Amino acid sequence: MINVTINGDTHSLDSDLNLNDLLRELDIEEDKVAIEHNREIVPKSTFDRVMIRDGDNLEIVHFIGGG
Amino acid sequence: MALTDDQLERYARHIILKEVGGHGQQKLMNAKVLVIGAGGLGSPLLMYLAAAGVGTLGIIDDDKVDLSNLQRQIIHMTSSIGEEKASSARGMINKLNPDIKVNTYAERLDKSNAEEIIAHYDIVADGCDNFSTRFLVNDICLKHRKPLISGALSQFDGQLATFKGYEENLPCYRCLVPDHPRGVLSCAEAGILGAVAGVVGTMQAIEVLREILNLGDSLAGKLLIYDALNASSRTIKLPKDPGCLYCGS
Repeated sequence: MINVTINGDTHSLDSDLNLNDLLRELDIEEDKVAIEHNREIVPKSTFDRVMIRDGDNLEIVHFIGGG
Repeated sequence: MALTDDQLERYARHIILKEVGGHGQQKLMNAKVLVIGAGGLGSPLLMYLAAAGVGTLGIIDDDKVDLSNLQRQIIHMTSSIGEEKASSARGMINKLNPDIKVNTYAERLDKSNAEEIIAHYDIVADGCDNFSTRFLVNDICLKHRKPLISGALSQFDGQLATFKGYEENLPCYRCLVPDHPRGVLSCAEAGILGAVAGVVGTMQAIEVLREILNLGDSLAGKLLIYDALNASSRTIKLPKDPGCLYCGS
């Protein structure tokens, strides 16, 4: 298990998860969010290649479209 | 063209800034900015751009002023209810600064008109209320190499970014939002604290002015997230997605 911070809260996760796995784990639809990984938005085309490591700081950024 | 005595006085607090000066003020007066949507974001955005002396402002909005808009869309007055928003906004701008040339488009931006309208402007500021228009604006800005200053709102949150996906290392809107998000609620459905639109629309105006004047560190390649409930904001990196179907390699 690894410990990561997601939107300010600590979560324990299995090791060997990529960002797509994380969204499945959290039951979040991929088309509604961006993921900020250590203060940088991760390009969506790379989600399956970006592995989550112990101590990572993640923010789930929900898309908004109002004006 | 030299500034008139009235202009020297009107813009004195800009001209005294060494980062702006008379030369910068003339750049503002020569600039042409298209604002998509005269709503929550468009209201403060248009008023500050007009006050700043941005010479030509385009306003596109196919909506009419409704009583429920007035809690946040401060360019429109109670007396404007029922009027087209583009025309109502022009009326306020004319009162604020008669120097500004205002082009109004009381129509919906779509594939048939977007390219022709956007091509007339130097910079596009998107404050519309739906993802379809945001994608369209992005794609045309990308094609015509127009900087896109994009703001978005919901409830207590704001997001702001400058997109220049036509540059090799900078993202376009689709690098952030590749697919149409399903089920995201509009301001009408989700609600919005009115003043949040004021903060984000005003920051959007600052980004337009910074872009025209080439001031400070550009927001291109970054995303600014404003959280009114915690009175906080943060700016994070937003890289180009190499797999982006629109601007990627």
